[in-house]
Amino acid sequence: MSAIVTCKPVVSRISASRVGIYAILLGTAAVFLLPLFVMVVTSLKSLSEIQNGNMLALPTNPSVAAWFSAWGSACIGLTCSGLRSYFLNSVFMVVPAVVIGIGIGSLNGYILSKWRFPGDQWVFGLMLFGCFIPYQVVIIPMAEFLGLLHLAGTTQGLVLVHVVYGIGFNTLFFRNYLKTFPDELVRAAQVDGASFYQIFRRIILPSCGPMIVVTMIFQFTNIWNDFLFGAAFASGRGAPITVALNNLVNSSTGVKEYNVHMAAALIAATPTLIVYVLAGRHFVRGLMSGAVKG
Amino acid sequence: MSFLEVTGLVKRFGQVDVLKDVNVELEEGGFLVLVGPSGCGKTTLLNVIAGLIDADEGELRIAGRRVNELPPSKRDIAMVFQSYALYPNMTVRQNIAFGLEMRGVPKPERDSAVGDAAETLQISHLLDRKPSALSGGQRQRVAMGRALVRNPLVFLFDEPLSNLDAKLRVEMRTEIKRLHHRTGVTMVYVTHDQVEAMTLATKIAVMERGVIQQIGTPADIYERPANLFVAQFMGSPSMNLFDCEVVISNGDKVLQLTGAPSGVRVGVKNSPDADKLQSGDKLLLGIRPEAIVHRQTRAQGGQSITSFEVQVDVVEPTGPDMYVLFRVGGREITARVGAGSRVAEGEVSTFGLDAERAVIFEPRTEKALQLQAVSVIKRSEVA
Amino acid sequence: MTSAPLRSYGADRGISRVTKGFTAWLPRVLLAPSFALVLLFVYGFILFTLYLSMTNSKMLPVYELTGFDAYVRLFSHPTWRKALINLALFASLYISISVLFGLSLAILIDQRIRAEGLLRPIYLYPMALSFIVTGTAWKWFLNPGFGLERTIHQMGWQSFHFDWLINSDMAIYTVVIAGVWQVVGFVMAMFLAGLRGIDNEIFRAAQVDGASPLRLYTRIIIPMLRPVAFSVVIVLAHMAIKSYDLVIALTGGGPGDATELPSTFMYSYTFTRNQMAVGSASAIVMLVAIAVIIIPYLRSELKETER
Repeated sequence: MSAIVTCKPVVSRISASRVGIYAILLGTAAVFLLPLFVMVVTSLKSLSEIQNGNMLALPTNPSVAAWFSAWGSACIGLTCSGLRSYFLNSVFMVVPAVVIGIGIGSLNGYILSKWRFPGDQWVFGLMLFGCFIPYQVVIIPMAEFLGLLHLAGTTQGLVLVHVVYGIGFNTLFFRNYLKTFPDELVRAAQVDGASFYQIFRRIILPSCGPMIVVTMIFQFTNIWNDFLFGAAFASGRGAPITVALNNLVNSSTGVKEYNVHMAAALIAATPTLIVYVLAGRHFVRGLMSGAVKG
Repeated sequence: MSFLEVTGLVKRFGQVDVLKDVNVELEEGGFLVLVGPSGCGKTTLLNVIAGLIDADEGELRIAGRRVNELPPSKRDIAMVFQSYALYPNMTVRQNIAFGLEMRGVPKPERDSAVGDAAETLQISHLLDRKPSALSGGQRQRVAMGRALVRNPLVFLFDEPLSNLDAKLRVEMRTEIKRLHHRTGVTMVYVTHDQVEAMTLATKIAVMERGVIQQIGTPADIYERPANLFVAQFMGSPSMNLFDCEVVISNGDKVLQLTGAPSGVRVGVKNSPDADKLQSGDKLLLGIRPEAIVHRQTRAQGGQSITSFEVQVDVVEPTGPDMYVLFRVGGREITARVGAGSRVAEGEVSTFGLDAERAVIFEPRTEKALQLQAVSVIKRSEVA
Repeated sequence: MTSAPLRSYGADRGISRVTKGFTAWLPRVLLAPSFALVLLFVYGFILFTLYLSMTNSKMLPVYELTGFDAYVRLFSHPTWRKALINLALFASLYISISVLFGLSLAILIDQRIRAEGLLRPIYLYPMALSFIVTGTAWKWFLNPGFGLERTIHQMGWQSFHFDWLINSDMAIYTVVIAGVWQVVGFVMAMFLAGLRGIDNEIFRAAQVDGASPLRLYTRIIIPMLRPVAFSVVIVLAHMAIKSYDLVIALTGGGPGDATELPSTFMYSYTFTRNQMAVGSASAIVMLVAIAVIIIPYLRSELKETER
């Protein structure tokens, strides 16, 4: 019985009209959805409909022509083959970066949460501060560096960049998560004779499941959505989709094909939106652990 | 007319009845304790009296006035919470004065009221501190001060001592009792600790799963429990239960204790329920540990002792007493004897049952029967 | 394993001694590469940029030191000053509106709203989107020709004017609007978590004390949320300073320099206008601004976890 009923029930704080509260909340939600709605609707309209009609109106003859155009034939810079190759660039950038990042982060997090050694606070602090720096302050040397290694303009170069600058966040997430993991389990395993690696692989890692998901979603979203690094280091053929989108939208000459622009933006947004819809709860957790105290 | 009247109260959460037809009365200046195992009933009842929850059915009257529709702040009640609920960003003074401030009491009056309350509770030196700088006991006093300063008609306590350590709990318990004597305010107190209930109450309501099992004075509840639940909930260690069977002996109805060394019997005095007993009826005889005496000492309160020999299983000295455990008829029995008694584990000792203090239960309904047990004197003991 | 305890005590001690020595430095060895990478790519690069800011680099790095010339040029540059003013304006509005709005939403949702499962994701989805996507959407939405202005005209209100996007004086406010939209869900989530952490008994006590909802929240609840508010403000300030994608997509820094921010200034002066030294100097200034906010925050957080 007591599972269903709360013994100290939450007493309603504000006795004011609940109708009013719902109205405000739902109204706000509608406003929030408006840009997304407008994007979807515009992407399905024909140009003449856009130019003459109301932006909020539903399309009279919905057509996915704009989407196909955005994907395969829109002109970005000098080439007119759509977003497709740039979409793939992003995929090949994000996946390795996330996987490697989680590997590094979990190992670092394990070390920093379970093993004390002189200066460990400093190491963590320096890594942590690295999360917060404005990236403007490293893009010049990084551009030089990538040039030296002949990685300029490549997806691999971006993977390197995102792995390196993701070390801080990944370490932070796992370290905070593992801080609550009982020390006794590690000690018991040590007494049982397990090696450092065995403890990591067979005890720590399996219990990191939830955090791996959170980190994966957080990093996936951040790296997919990145623009600054992409624009600075790979603005040509190897550009990620965010850079390509910006080029498409901002520098198209002649008639602005708004429906194609919207479709392109939605294509760029789709992966992160899908991840968000499926696992939004973890996304929020990730956001908050990044911001809230350790 | 009673000061606090709860009539026919029903409260449902979804499909579940948390309070089922609750009726309680309390005279002015009384101290009512709602006691029972952890669950929802007692706290919910307190919240309904306070006005934090609305009842689905039934009526609530304070000082003769119906209060069902009034919000908490208009009922002239004050409440002390389990985790004190002190406002962390205000000083002790501001915490205590807050309720008065909300009512628009002008500052000078507020200050003097706060000063008085602080003196009564001996926290005057803490007035400018914040709650985080106080110990548990001090916080509890501040919480009481906040309630006291409102001069309420009824003081409500929601398990206020549960968060304190054992020693502090005893101290604060006495504080509350003193407060009650000094102010004479009517109090309603919720706890799951039956010792608190016994020591503080003028009236106890034992509740289980939303139903009041029994209402009475502490003595009533302890000595004449209405059913098995009350009998075993109140009192620690719990009341002992002996299986017994009704037999006819020399024309009298007698309860033969099952599994007891032969001859242990308890008689029943003539009373309405005694007439309904039939030979062969199975009953339960309840006797508290202190009503089982070690035969080498004098019995309390008379010669109604029925004695028997039994092998002792475990002896637990507690300092002032000794608990002696043995088995009768498959049940474990605990006797409370004096610390100096010569009882040893594994040895056979003689014990007596003070039958006058026994309570007899009907096993199926679990209700206490209106029977007075008396000792059956063995022929060998006469003369 | 069962024979282990029977093994001689000395052998056990030997094993543990080796293990102890091994495990003493193994963690450090494994941590070292990451640490080295951070030292190089974060702190090393910062030093490099700092060095460049004290040279006369234009399109390519030049290594001859010229002192604080670049900084002097930077701070006498009207565009940079405008960028700083814009940042101050943008950040203060961005933070205050987001906090107010987010806190209000959190308080409303905390009233045991049943639709919470539906509403929260709606408020939070903007954060899952790239700033470029967001900026594109808003640019369209605020477009004087096709967006909101035209829609309102068509609904009958002909005199409605909304050309903020291309208006030099008002463009910065469009960045604020889009930025707030992006981040309010996050602020709400933080405050909601804070509210949920407040013991229910405080609410009951306040009710018994007769506090109206307004007094309850202003005198008791909101003060209790101060730590959360502090975290939120720090994070928002940090995001405001780093804001780049949003501005680029929405206004490109324009019209003119109406929405120029330090981040956009740095990028354009380094890569487009070939003023690498000045660009580096601006980056260092941004770093200092962030450090001033973040370092005390990090220290207080780290100290608390130590306790």
